Amino acid sequence: MTQPASDDLLYRRPISLWWWTKKRTYFVFVMRELSSIFIAWFVVYLALFVRAIGQGETAYDDFLDRAASPWLVVINLVAFAFVVLHLVTWFSLTPQAMVVNLRGRRVPPAAILGGQYVGLFVVSAVVFWLVMG
Amino acid sequence: MSDSIMLRVTRYRPDKDREPAYQDYDVPLREEWTVLDALNHLKDEVDTTLTFRWSCRMGICGSCGMNVNGDPRLSCATFLTDYAPGPVRVEPLANFPIMRDLVVDITDFMEKLPRMKPWIIRDEELSVDEGEYLQTPEELEAYRQFSMCINCMLCYAACPVYGLDPQFVGPAAIALAERYDLDSRDQGEPQRLDVLIEHEGVWGCTFVGECTRACPKDVDPAGAIQRYKLKAAQESVKAFLLPRGIRR
Amino acid sequence: MTKRRIEPLVWLTFSGGGVIAATILPILAFLFALAFPLGWIDPPDYDHLAAIVRNPLTFLVLMGLFVPMLVHAAHRFRYTLYDGLQVKHTIVVAMLCYGGAAVIATAAFYHLAKALELLRR
Repeated sequence: MTQPASDDLLYRRPISLWWWTKKRTYFVFVMRELSSIFIAWFVVYLALFVRAIGQGETAYDDFLDRAASPWLVVINLVAFAFVVLHLVTWFSLTPQAMVVNLRGRRVPPAAILGGQYVGLFVVSAVVFWLVMG
Repeated sequence: MSDSIMLRVTRYRPDKDREPAYQDYDVPLREEWTVLDALNHLKDEVDTTLTFRWSCRMGICGSCGMNVNGDPRLSCATFLTDYAPGPVRVEPLANFPIMRDLVVDITDFMEKLPRMKPWIIRDEELSVDEGEYLQTPEELEAYRQFSMCINCMLCYAACPVYGLDPQFVGPAAIALAERYDLDSRDQGEPQRLDVLIEHEGVWGCTFVGECTRACPKDVDPAGAIQRYKLKAAQESVKAFLLPRGIRR
Repeated sequence: MTKRRIEPLVWLTFSGGGVIAATILPILAFLFALAFPLGWIDPPDYDHLAAIVRNPLTFLVLMGLFVPMLVHAAHRFRYTLYDGLQVKHTIVVAMLCYGGAAVIATAAFYHLAKALELLRR
């Protein structure tokens, strides 16, 4: 049956460091994973923003000015793009990862997908309303 | 449509070669031919030394898994005309060591399956006199998808985590565990969870999802693994919160 | 009884952080990192923002959002190092990633707490 070959006659193919560039789905996967760095970045940025608010109106104004400087804007735009990538991929994977049963029947994947976007909209509206006052 | 297509096939003779190399062959480009038909043609007419696995030639035995142009495929379900004008690169199934030509060593996979305890586990068996275990169509539907696995290992070839860390128990094994956990006749979920809650169980999976894309039988191992993670997390929370050990 | 393992709980926090990063972070990042600095939307009065920040509930909520997101990022990045860069020193990588998250979380805690104090004066 399956008698393993004499181990030194087996050829083990090495995996290239660039394995994830060889296929579109692998590439998107790695980009999705790298979005984690930009999520951590925004946590840092938001914490610094809150600190600036705490330090007084001048500190807050300074922070807003510095946040408008070209380099930071580019970083934040890129970071925001990665956050969008995160949310789109996260939402699309949830229906596959969870089976939700409501009243004995399975909730269709499209409903879970749609439900998440509705949730995103509602949460965004609430936060906007809270922040804008 | 031209009348022939080139196959670029991996050759590896363990007694002669230090490493694999490609050999090019021309085969007739017949409309109904699969890669398997082409390989059998080569073995019959051109090069009897060419070595590869196959059996049913109709997508149910799981023997003929190979990488065709970089994608894990059943060679009996992969049509030459889809790759015209070629060349078609035919390589051994990825992430497994090569034994000879297109044949890979599947010992690792064979060792992982029984770890899942892939059989109905009961706290108490019914006696023969009590009759069969009964199951409704709804109960069957709950696990039916995961029972369709033909052990072809295309999911292992697709999984970059398995390629990088062969300790990872892998997609088909976890889907198999889920198949039994979801079976209404089975009571073995705690035992399988004990195996899969380890680091080389479900946690290595980063939900690349390529396993589900590669599966020729629509099993969705990626979905099974994520559900298993959630199950493991729920049980872990209970294990920490209920320390006196309330038996499931 | 299921074995006690920490990894499932880390995964649960990773998942929670992922949901937060997908639902709450986008609007926060959009407003505070893009819309307000670039003037797409007029920021609210400083007094209004200060009032929000002064509220201890804000501190709790923000820490409740930041910590899971940091764990999410650390957990994902840890596995990216394993799979992407094929770093084999698994324990060192894990310690660096979660340790890094802990450092940032502590810093955030300190700065948010200070924001509460300063406004109290």
